[in-house]
Amino acid sequence: MATKKAPERPNVSKEELLKYYREMLLIRRFEEKAGQLYGMGLIGGFCHLYIGQEAVVVGLEAATKEGDKRITSYRDHGHMLACGMDPKGVMAELTGRIGGYSKGKGGSMHMFSREKHFYGGHGIVGAQVPLGAGLAFADKYNGNDNVTFTYFGDGAANQGQVYETYNMAQLWNLPVIFVIENNQYAMGTSVKRSTKSPSLWERGAAYGIKGEAVDGMDVLAVKAASEKAVAACRAGDGPYILEMMTYRYRRHSMSDPAKYRTREEVEKMKSEKDAIEHVRDLLLQGGLATDEDLKAIDKDIKAIVNEAAEFSKESPEPPVEELWTDIYA
Amino acid sequence: MAVQVLMPALSPTMEEGTLAKWLVKEGDVVKSGQIIAEIETDKATMEFEAVDEGIVGKLLVAEGSAGVKVNTPIAVLVEEGESADAPAAAAPAPAAAVEAAPVAAAAPAAPKAAVEVVSKASPDWAEGTPMKTMTVREALREAMAEEMRGNPNVFLMGEEVGEYQGAYKISQGLLDEFGAKRVIDTPITEHGFAGLAVGAAWGGLNPIVEFMTFNFAMQAIDHLINSAAKTNYMSGGQLGCSIVFRGPNGAAARVGAQHSQDYAAWYAAIPGMKVVMPYSASDAKGLLKSAIRDPNPVIFLENEILYGKSFEVPAVDDFTIPFGKARIWREGTDVTIVSFGIGMTYALEAADKLAAEGISAEVIDLRTLRPIDYDTVLASVMKTNRCVTVEEGFPVGSIGNHIGATIMQRAFDYLDAPVINCTGKDVPMPYAANLEKLALVTTADVVDAVKSVCYR
Repeated sequence: MATKKAPERPNVSKEELLKYYREMLLIRRFEEKAGQLYGMGLIGGFCHLYIGQEAVVVGLEAATKEGDKRITSYRDHGHMLACGMDPKGVMAELTGRIGGYSKGKGGSMHMFSREKHFYGGHGIVGAQVPLGAGLAFADKYNGNDNVTFTYFGDGAANQGQVYETYNMAQLWNLPVIFVIENNQYAMGTSVKRSTKSPSLWERGAAYGIKGEAVDGMDVLAVKAASEKAVAACRAGDGPYILEMMTYRYRRHSMSDPAKYRTREEVEKMKSEKDAIEHVRDLLLQGGLATDEDLKAIDKDIKAIVNEAAEFSKESPEPPVEELWTDIYA
Repeated sequence: MAVQVLMPALSPTMEEGTLAKWLVKEGDVVKSGQIIAEIETDKATMEFEAVDEGIVGKLLVAEGSAGVKVNTPIAVLVEEGESADAPAAAAPAPAAAVEAAPVAAAAPAAPKAAVEVVSKASPDWAEGTPMKTMTVREALREAMAEEMRGNPNVFLMGEEVGEYQGAYKISQGLLDEFGAKRVIDTPITEHGFAGLAVGAAWGGLNPIVEFMTFNFAMQAIDHLINSAAKTNYMSGGQLGCSIVFRGPNGAAARVGAQHSQDYAAWYAAIPGMKVVMPYSASDAKGLLKSAIRDPNPVIFLENEILYGKSFEVPAVDDFTIPFGKARIWREGTDVTIVSFGIGMTYALEAADKLAAEGISAEVIDLRTLRPIDYDTVLASVMKTNRCVTVEEGFPVGSIGNHIGATIMQRAFDYLDAPVINCTGKDVPMPYAANLEKLALVTTADVVDAVKSVCYR
């Protein structure tokens, strides 16, 4: 990855930068808290943290409008916070409580919000890809100009159903943006060890789908790419592939010993490419905010996250009757 | 020497067809490979090529004749100077023995009699309801067309459903009526289009997904179960999925192990799923309409052999049948035979044979396997004290196992004999005609099982 960029004066407003800073920080602090609660035994099962990849969802969401949809894999907490879901409801789902988005019945990997057009949260690697194309199919059928962001990782990019979906999406011009979050590792297998393809987005060329690789650690680059892809899809010129070059700081899941990469590699990414630090530098060195301003935001975020954690502990477990509800609509 | 041209079998399940059009006339010279006729099967209109060379001595079956049995002589080819009336050798015939059917039999056949309902009253329609005879195929088509007319969000997608008019002609004419937006030909990509359809259902549409056979749905089963059936629960009730997955299921005829499996018990095992397996045309129609309206995923298991079978169907507007209601086809006192789908063919045939031997069988068609109408089964067993189940699927983990276990738990004291499950045999489906027959459940199996539980 490239070395740390010299802060430059991008064509972006102070308000916008502060918004990204805030949103990315919320995801990071939320995930840190989730990791802590997991360690305390309050969160069970699998728990996949998004730390390091925050610029991807925040940058992509910056180009959305009401009615746009999103769907992703099991590493989904960041996507939910970025599309405006309530941190309390997300955290309470992680702790398996009635106040969670799925009443405690879905867990970390299976959360949804009709209201925010967030369609999960899917535990089967790659399954969300045709599902996302189907959401886009419905928008096209209904004749609106909404788009669907369909996220998947570099690991899922080797699943056959991804390419079945590429074929149909292009055949039917579906307004779907395939976002490959290439965080370099599919659990313990690096991209180099799982494919000889030089890049993942270029595979779309076989189906005639346009795409590009994007610096997924730079929220402004992500936003610019998102705007381009969204414009194409809204104009009926979808689908579109965006390969986000990003990095996961934490382990694949809480139970991953992470022996497949060096501590130095992780530290280098953190010190040279961190997405939040990048925006922080832009704000401070551009004279758009002071240390005090940012500290106030930090404090604010901390309060939101603590409130979510408290809620997730206080919200009761689902009543036993919930075992038998929601099996059928 | 004169050779007979025989009516060909043009699909695995074809027993008869319509000689739609002759493309040659008497006296024409025919070359090997020349198209001489158009023949309409239950699936499509096919061109029929001559195998032998010669002069058309006589056309034995007139253009437009329906119900021409496979292997019936339809024309005679002669050599120059030879008379068409000379005794003709049969042309190399398809494997099955040539039953030299009299030519007269090839005349347009009378419409097949519909299967009779022996039960006095049907719970599905009032006495005196006007009825019409239709095939299961027509009933399915009518159900889809009616629901598509009534709800613009209902659409059909699958392989060959549109321009080809359906691999089994179920969707014939739907493309013309509803257009390519709502009758969508997919690439051969079951996993992908099943997932896409589930997403479309979450997006507010009501997809009908046709699998060319449920054997191919194994490629897509992750989306059927993990995506369609479980998400309402996993989302705390936010994300129901109104979708129908339908298509032929189980054995057709001579298509081998990979195309012959019955998936009834597999899907019926899944909470969140609804599973329908109709036998008659009225059930096919009424239950498919209910399936399309259901807010949940429905697996709708059809049968290729039943597609062409005719039944009486109520000729009323908007005929639907609710899920979870079994139908008693035949009332009886000595034994309860529980079946569904094509198993009903054997159950009803066995009941006829048993009646001749003085055993009165009550025959119940479950119709839906999730939900199952336990009450009707239990009430019947409490009356007859004996039960035999009939299905084509494999014996281990069968629907019959579940029915037997339920009876044991809830009506043990009423049983005078162990419940017997008649199922397909515990082998992959063989291709050879004789072995295939042995692998399937048979009427004789059912008769034997009933006699066994009746200690006869």
